[in-house]
Amino acid sequence: MKFDIVKIREEFPILRQKAHGKPLVYLDNAATSHKPRAVLKTLEQFYTEDNANIHRGVHILSERATEAYEAARAKVQHFIHANRPDEIIFTRGTTEAINLVAQSYGRPNLNAGDEVLITEMEHHSNIVPWQMICEERGALLKVVPVNDAGELRLDQFEKLLSSKTRIVAVTHMSNVLGTINPVKEIIQKAHQKNIPVLLDGAQAIAHLAVNVEELDCDFYVFSAHKLYGPTGVGVLYGKRALLEAMPPYQGGGDMIRSVTFEKTTYNQLPYKFEAGTPNIAGAIGLGAAIDYLRTIDFEKAAHHERELLAYATETLQSIPGVRIIGTAKNKASVISFSLEGVHPHDIGTILDQEGVAIRTGHHCAQPLMKRFGVPATARISLAFYNTREEIDIFIRSLKKVKEVFK
Amino acid sequence: MNDLKDLYQEVILDHNKRPRNFCKLQQANHHAEGYNPLCGDHIDIYLQMEGDLIKDISFEGSGCAISKASASLMTDTLKGKTREKAETLFDGFHQMVTGGTGPAGKEIPQEMGKLAVFSGVREFPARVKCASLAWHTFHAALENRHEAVSTEEEDLNGKPAQQS
Ligand SMILES: Cc1ncc(COP(=O)(O)O)c(C=O)c1O
Repeated sequence: MKFDIVKIREEFPILRQKAHGKPLVYLDNAATSHKPRAVLKTLEQFYTEDNANIHRGVHILSERATEAYEAARAKVQHFIHANRPDEIIFTRGTTEAINLVAQSYGRPNLNAGDEVLITEMEHHSNIVPWQMICEERGALLKVVPVNDAGELRLDQFEKLLSSKTRIVAVTHMSNVLGTINPVKEIIQKAHQKNIPVLLDGAQAIAHLAVNVEELDCDFYVFSAHKLYGPTGVGVLYGKRALLEAMPPYQGGGDMIRSVTFEKTTYNQLPYKFEAGTPNIAGAIGLGAAIDYLRTIDFEKAAHHERELLAYATETLQSIPGVRIIGTAKNKASVISFSLEGVHPHDIGTILDQEGVAIRTGHHCAQPLMKRFGVPATARISLAFYNTREEIDIFIRSLKKVKEVFK
Repeated sequence: MNDLKDLYQEVILDHNKRPRNFCKLQQANHHAEGYNPLCGDHIDIYLQMEGDLIKDISFEGSGCAISKASASLMTDTLKGKTREKAETLFDGFHQMVTGGTGPAGKEIPQEMGKLAVFSGVREFPARVKCASLAWHTFHAALENRHEAVSTEEEDLNGKPAQQS
């Protein structure tokens, strides 16, 4: 099967538009990715044909909706190679999934003086929930530093992994640096001390083949919207034994078995963690995104992305004044950079006028910005539907930025 | 199409490159800190007030060209003005960058002087906060507020929220 970029781009109708009169060049995929027609069609079809609440109706629509929702769960299960469907919890996204673990795993397991180990390259959503629960429990947040290339200092990780560490939470792939972390090694080291590991897969899920069983991670979290699916839905994978032992995150409908004013018994997994009407269409849309990805040959897509990354890195580096932040040996799809004498925000505005969409700012990783001594960066992030021509347009536009600020 | 030249006018680029009054004012008796959490821009405004007169004013910080030039031109403009005049200019500036005056709306009042170079900002909604950060921070400095002002503390109508 050949990787046919023209055909692939046809599946993403949003890419066809003009921005400020120029062809849209979308290089902000790490913020959110676009949705293939298959996903859009599935959403429309759900609302036109099957819309109903799940797990409670006796009627045929509810039956179909429930079936589609649970089928989506199974698709996620197989996509990340989880053992069982009840290890897949639908959440609102990565952020909610991490908060769930921080609250339901963190609160019962953290006591005064205990430690949570994260890294310097985490997204705020893998920092703040831990900070909150640490503060509540009198526990300490420990942070593994990164080196100048933007790689984790594994020597420091081993030092910081102590008898007081109760959980390790680390990103599988950095949204700022593109760094792919040696998570297998991290998990092995942590498991030697019986410490569970949560992987933030928000970025990795769209670029790497994820196998939670092989990784042996205890929790894996990601958002559908970065995986070509809809916003407002995400996934918490957790090992069954851990999930079983955890108290519910939120109370409400669907998560109960029986309720009296004296006592409520909770539903089984995964429903224990899915209080209230979930994002039914969203979950089904995520299932459709996974189905779509199966049709395109993930390995070829990843190869195409790697080629684009290499090409973009090379051409960017040849522009005087450009500094790339994040030069890890093992990285994917993301390039953060600064341009001497020009603030990233100004780069973003000028590129936008050329139809090129990039992200500028701190990327929800302020501690990392501080580490690299920059207030903000400009960032391009690639998806398999991007092309070499788009990289060329981006580079030409960047030269325009230099013109304006010469 | 919005023209980049309307946004990045020569005067703005010049003030970005060589900001005026870019220092810490030793004799300052008023100070405030401003912050734009969305892009990390950060600014300190120092004021030396003599009664109602802005005897001297300076700024320090880091930010994009628009926010830096805005701070630079603001300090240039406000030096030697009264508090009342400054408030009028603040209102005028706010109107201008949010679209109340200028080519599309009413005419920009003469008294805005050099500040009129920021009239292009209104075509770039994402940059309005960059242009107004210095002014909000100046306002906070007048009141000697101790908490940093943030561009995200505006209400949904774009007015800075009242702080206690
Ligand atoms: C590494 C990483 N973690 C977490 C998140 C948060 O994801 P969401 O906002 O979808 O919950 C993001 C998204 O920007 C991310 O890139």
